[in-house]
Amino acid sequence: MVESFAWLIPVLPLIGFLINGLGNKNIPKSLVGILGSATVLGAFIISLMIFFQVKADPSHGPFIVTLFDWFSVGTMKIAFSFQIDALSSIMLLIITGIGFLIHLYSIGYMHDDEDYARYFAYLNLFVFFMLLLVLGANYLIMFIGWEGVGLCSYLLIGFWFKNTEYASAAKKAFIMNRIGDLGFLIAMFMIFSTFGTLNYTEVFSQASTFSVGNGTLLTITLLLFVGAMGKSAQLPLYTWLPDAMAGPTPVSALIHAATMVTAGIYMIARSNILYALSPVSLAVVAGIGLATAIFAASIALTQNDIKKVLAYSTVSQLGYMFLGLGVGAFTGAFFHVLTHAFFKALLFLGAGSVIHAMSGEQDIRKMGGLKKHLPITYWTMLMGTIAISGIPPFSGFFSKDEILGHAFAISPTIWAIGVAGALMTAFYMFRMFYLTFHGEFRGTEKQLHHLHESPITITLPLIILAILSVVGGFVGVPEVLGGSHELGEFLAPVFAASASLVPHHHTPEMVEYILMLSSVIGVTISIGFAYYTYVSKKVVPAPDSVMREGMSKASYNKFYVDEIYDAVFKRPLDALSQVCYKVVDNAFIDGIVEGFGQLTRWSAGQVRLLQNGNVGSYLFMMVAGIILILVLNLLIF
Amino acid sequence: MTQPGLLTVFLILLPLVASLTLSLVKGEQVKKLALVFSLAELAIGLFAWSKFDAADARAQFLYDTNWVASLGIHFAVGMDGISMLLVLLTVVLVPLIILSSFKNEFKKPNALYALILFMQAGLIGVFTSLDAFLFYVSWEAALIPIYFICAIWGGEDRIRITFKFFVYTIFGSLFMLLGIIYLYFMTPDHSFSLLSFYQVSLSPTAQSWLFWCFFLAFAIKMPIFPFHTWQPDTYTTAPTAGTMLLSGIMLKMGIYGVMRWLLPVLPMGVLEWGNTAMILSVIGIVYASIIAFTQKDTKRLIAYSSIAHVGLISAGVFALNVQGMQGAMIQMVSHGINVVGLFFVIEIIYQRTKTRETFNLGGIANEAPVLATCFMIIMLGAVALPLTNGFIGEFMLLNGVFNYNILLSAIAGLTIIFGAVYMLRMYQKVMLGEVNNVTAGFTDLFASEKAVLFIICALVIVIGVYPKPILSVSEVAVNNLLEVIKLRMQ
Repeated sequence: MVESFAWLIPVLPLIGFLINGLGNKNIPKSLVGILGSATVLGAFIISLMIFFQVKADPSHGPFIVTLFDWFSVGTMKIAFSFQIDALSSIMLLIITGIGFLIHLYSIGYMHDDEDYARYFAYLNLFVFFMLLLVLGANYLIMFIGWEGVGLCSYLLIGFWFKNTEYASAAKKAFIMNRIGDLGFLIAMFMIFSTFGTLNYTEVFSQASTFSVGNGTLLTITLLLFVGAMGKSAQLPLYTWLPDAMAGPTPVSALIHAATMVTAGIYMIARSNILYALSPVSLAVVAGIGLATAIFAASIALTQNDIKKVLAYSTVSQLGYMFLGLGVGAFTGAFFHVLTHAFFKALLFLGAGSVIHAMSGEQDIRKMGGLKKHLPITYWTMLMGTIAISGIPPFSGFFSKDEILGHAFAISPTIWAIGVAGALMTAFYMFRMFYLTFHGEFRGTEKQLHHLHESPITITLPLIILAILSVVGGFVGVPEVLGGSHELGEFLAPVFAASASLVPHHHTPEMVEYILMLSSVIGVTISIGFAYYTYVSKKVVPAPDSVMREGMSKASYNKFYVDEIYDAVFKRPLDALSQVCYKVVDNAFIDGIVEGFGQLTRWSAGQVRLLQNGNVGSYLFMMVAGIILILVLNLLIF
Repeated sequence: MTQPGLLTVFLILLPLVASLTLSLVKGEQVKKLALVFSLAELAIGLFAWSKFDAADARAQFLYDTNWVASLGIHFAVGMDGISMLLVLLTVVLVPLIILSSFKNEFKKPNALYALILFMQAGLIGVFTSLDAFLFYVSWEAALIPIYFICAIWGGEDRIRITFKFFVYTIFGSLFMLLGIIYLYFMTPDHSFSLLSFYQVSLSPTAQSWLFWCFFLAFAIKMPIFPFHTWQPDTYTTAPTAGTMLLSGIMLKMGIYGVMRWLLPVLPMGVLEWGNTAMILSVIGIVYASIIAFTQKDTKRLIAYSSIAHVGLISAGVFALNVQGMQGAMIQMVSHGINVVGLFFVIEIIYQRTKTRETFNLGGIANEAPVLATCFMIIMLGAVALPLTNGFIGEFMLLNGVFNYNILLSAIAGLTIIFGAVYMLRMYQKVMLGEVNNVTAGFTDLFASEKAVLFIICALVIVIGVYPKPILSVSEVAVNNLLEVIKLRMQ
């Protein structure tokens, strides 16, 4: 049976990590890259075999593979075990598949970096933890992966740690994630005290006997969602993700777009039954998701750093996924995880290719006209940009449409807000695209001279991802468009228990057509507007020195959220730290102790047992103590 | 073995003999000799572990003989799983601590190493005594050497600080002695034996008073807020070997004392005041973490972080459930390993740069990648990343506190956020960024430094990935202890 090889999937990248990590600079560069990529490719091949096995026999329940007993305390027994089912098998394919392409890309992209081996070691370690996250058969194994990917994210954001700003961005990411992790941790304690186990299968089968609206489940799901907010960068814990762009661009593609940041969606999809039983939590998830989708999109409108645009776009798209989960479109949300992984990885890698060609420049105001210099990058990024904008038949259209369709069934207002966000998405994406590739070149003479298309290890992943971004949506074509939604069918067993609990409003076919059509028309107009502004009128966003006003200023400055957090949390805590240290510890408590000390010295001096020093007062106290005891003893008896 | 109890006696006697020998030896060989003695002690400890029956809750390797017959004082020692684990911690850490001091130049090194080994005898005595008088004697025997270590080999302002430390601990010890003597008179057979102490039945009022007699001594030793202000000063001023002994092993005397001599002896006192102790412990976690945020002296920063960590361990113990108690056991081991590692890293940096202030440092990772990696691994253990030793303990401890009170566990859980804040801040300021003129040309680890740090890093990961061997040592004894406490609470 293939599932008995499942342990190899995370172990292969772990081996890559150990060899590249321990061997470090003693291994030849060419071997480092090959080793790093090959281990992930190996994991991909096994994942593919596992996927086909799961697909071949949909009636078979989840495969549970137990490796060893990790620890036990009291009634809590935690096994190091994996669960293989439809959900995890698709995640495996995304992680190892896109992971492999990004490793391949990195061979070229990171070639001139002196810490090449360290880079590949970290990247392999990330893949290892990410695989643990999705393979775990209980919440604690998921938590290992959860915190482990956070570590790798920290290490890779701060990969160029000489730069203090990058190191700070890394630290910020780790700490913000930890805030979420505390929620996850307490949720686990609560799950254990409620169900007596952390194993998914047992938790979910017991949960189905709970009534809708149960208070405990409500608390558990909300706490889990706090964890998801940290990892998947939702309001109010999103500010680390834009800063995370400090890391190498392939890292942004793999960790901060395609895989790690979708862990929150995976977690909720995995726990779908718990959420289905907690309508309030679903509403919260939908609300936060929608708010994040709009908020982040409105910041992306005015950003000029190509990676920052994509980062805010990722935050926004993650918001859509949570919106999907919140309105009960579990499949749709997961579908968007899949398509987003294709097109956002593509866009980041494309951006990397651009940055590479531009000798490190990331400001789109200083680009322009790159189309003829970077034809492959241009065409592939165009595919990605169309896909994210939601133009049929590109992949993003189907997944976003499924989410918005469900949202409409719950409330047309939510749908309308969601579509408004989609219009913004199309605008800021094409704004970025046009400013980068069209018009005149606005960079320096030196950069122009250096401009070149990237090597094959970079363009090949772009081409593959571009193809996937175009056709990837066909696995989930809805019935109304004549499809059979294979993805939905494949995932059905995972969401079976909650399917009956989530309200299914039937939307008439006619309405569905109108919804699709109106959003497509809106997006097209939005793109047209971007074209008019940035290609026809050749508008270039103003330099930083220009004073902006009103909403534009607020958006440009990211609504001052970082500054607010600084003023509300960081500075007061640091001030409190000094007060506790200087006033409470050093002045108050020590003051009392010094008083005691002087008293001892004084009495030691009075009694003159010994001239001075520690031993004297020590003996004094001993004797005094014994006398005291004898006296007490007399009194008691 | 016909007399298995001799093993425990051996564990106490060997460091005593070693101490005596070292005090007579002169010259450079003293470091190596001390290391050899501590390794012999390690070998005996490991041998005891191999012979230890973890399924038996009772004390093993018992040795009991009359000491002062007229007063009912026995030399009674033995180890159950709880003792065994702490003895193991002691015998593993002492050689590491000795090895870590190889690059230091001390005046009168023979006296220093003699004191360290004398202290080890005291520590083993504390962890194995089954007689309250012997326990008290060992307690003091462990304390006196460290006073001298701090006062003679310490840094700036050492006399004033040692005096403060001394006043604090003597104050605690005095009350404990008072409590022990009172309990002695209350035992039916006028004995100091632990088992006799378990038989004593006292009024809840008397137990409440006695609770504070013992708790003060233990709380000062750990230390628990607000009895902690000796600790940052002492840890900062003491020579690093002394700081390691204090933080790695000695503070566990306080927790061990609570488990062995407080909870089962004074259950009614615990019912009355356990909650207060719990709340103080949890306050300490948050309070010390917040202070650690802005510490500039890295040694002082780790000292405060240690208060936070030990606060969580104490909270787990007072939660009085198996998760908290077992969590405390494994965390005592992990904390000991990690804190020794952290103090060593700081010592290494200090030796090369002559500074411990974060604002002077920076960029060391560029010059010393091996040190940077070791420091990172130990730091991850300290911030309790899963698959490091710190996680298992922290997870169980927080779970234990959760089972006691949900709100308290949420507050105590802040440690996972705050710990990341102060640790990562420190790491960034010391290791990351560009090198400056203080850190330029920083040499990476020497062989003896590598030996210590590699062993510590290996322990961080091995215990984190496979904690079962550690957990199983104390599991049965902890369950038994909890049963005794529960029984005596009724």
